[in-house]
Amino acid sequence: MRTRALDSFCAWLEQTPLSQAIQGAGWIVPTVQTIHILAIAAVMASALMIALRLDARFRRVIGWALPVLLATGVIMIIGEPVRSLENPVFQLKMALLASAIVVFLLPFRNRVVATLSLCLWVGIVFAGRWIAYY
Amino acid sequence: MELDALLRSLEATGVATAIRENDLLFPWVESFHVLAITLVVGSIAIVDLRLMGLASRDRAIARVASEVLPCTWAAFGVAALSGALLFSSNALTYAHNAYFLAKLSFLVLAALNMSIFHLFVGHDSESRGAKIAGGVSLALWICVVAFGRWTGFTLHATPLAS
Repeated sequence: MRTRALDSFCAWLEQTPLSQAIQGAGWIVPTVQTIHILAIAAVMASALMIALRLDARFRRVIGWALPVLLATGVIMIIGEPVRSLENPVFQLKMALLASAIVVFLLPFRNRVVATLSLCLWVGIVFAGRWIAYY
Repeated sequence: MELDALLRSLEATGVATAIRENDLLFPWVESFHVLAITLVVGSIAIVDLRLMGLASRDRAIARVASEVLPCTWAAFGVAALSGALLFSSNALTYAHNAYFLAKLSFLVLAALNMSIFHLFVGHDSESRGAKIAGGVSLALWICVVAFGRWTGFTLHATPLAS
């Protein structure tokens, strides 16, 4: 999906001082990506523990990791708006993320929900890696 | 250098050539590598935080370890295999990348830390040794992730690696 409004938003975002600062300092993106991967590691291991029914309390860990993922994700978007926002794989990733958050917030929990959640998170990790190739 | 010749012949193998030249193979193998690493690091962190006495304190160390570590080892197998495949595709470039070598060193240190812990502390104990081993392990695995990520930004033979 690419609209003129998205084009001009990306063009504006790219020119903001914050985006320029992120683009200018080469260490920021790899550092933020490292934190992003560590947070996704917390989510993946937690989703696996829940799906294997080892410990349902790991749901809280996902709750802590989500804000970290969103914050580091937003920094990466600000640094490279076109590469992310206009990328079809990124858009797919956001759709999967929205689904994963809906599943996370479901009022009931069982084995099917836990398995679905784990599968969605696997899809999110895969889509995340493929952003670089589109 | 003799090692370079060996690495070149590794790069020339059919599998390595296929991963290097096929547009889809490298990202697919990489996706499994990233997925496996998140599971390795996330699950090891559960055990490390328990060893440090910071989480799951109502469960015995031995129980947490026996529940979680089979997942860790399975994921580590996938990470090591996919990592070896990725390495083979550009062996010479990786072998001369300081960040990649640092990542491997941290992996070796993590293995050493684990061996020393098993030999001298034993995973049942709620001791100061267990706390130290857990903290060292967590720090080393964070370094493995960081230097792995940095490797992708410092390789120039594979422009898509970032």
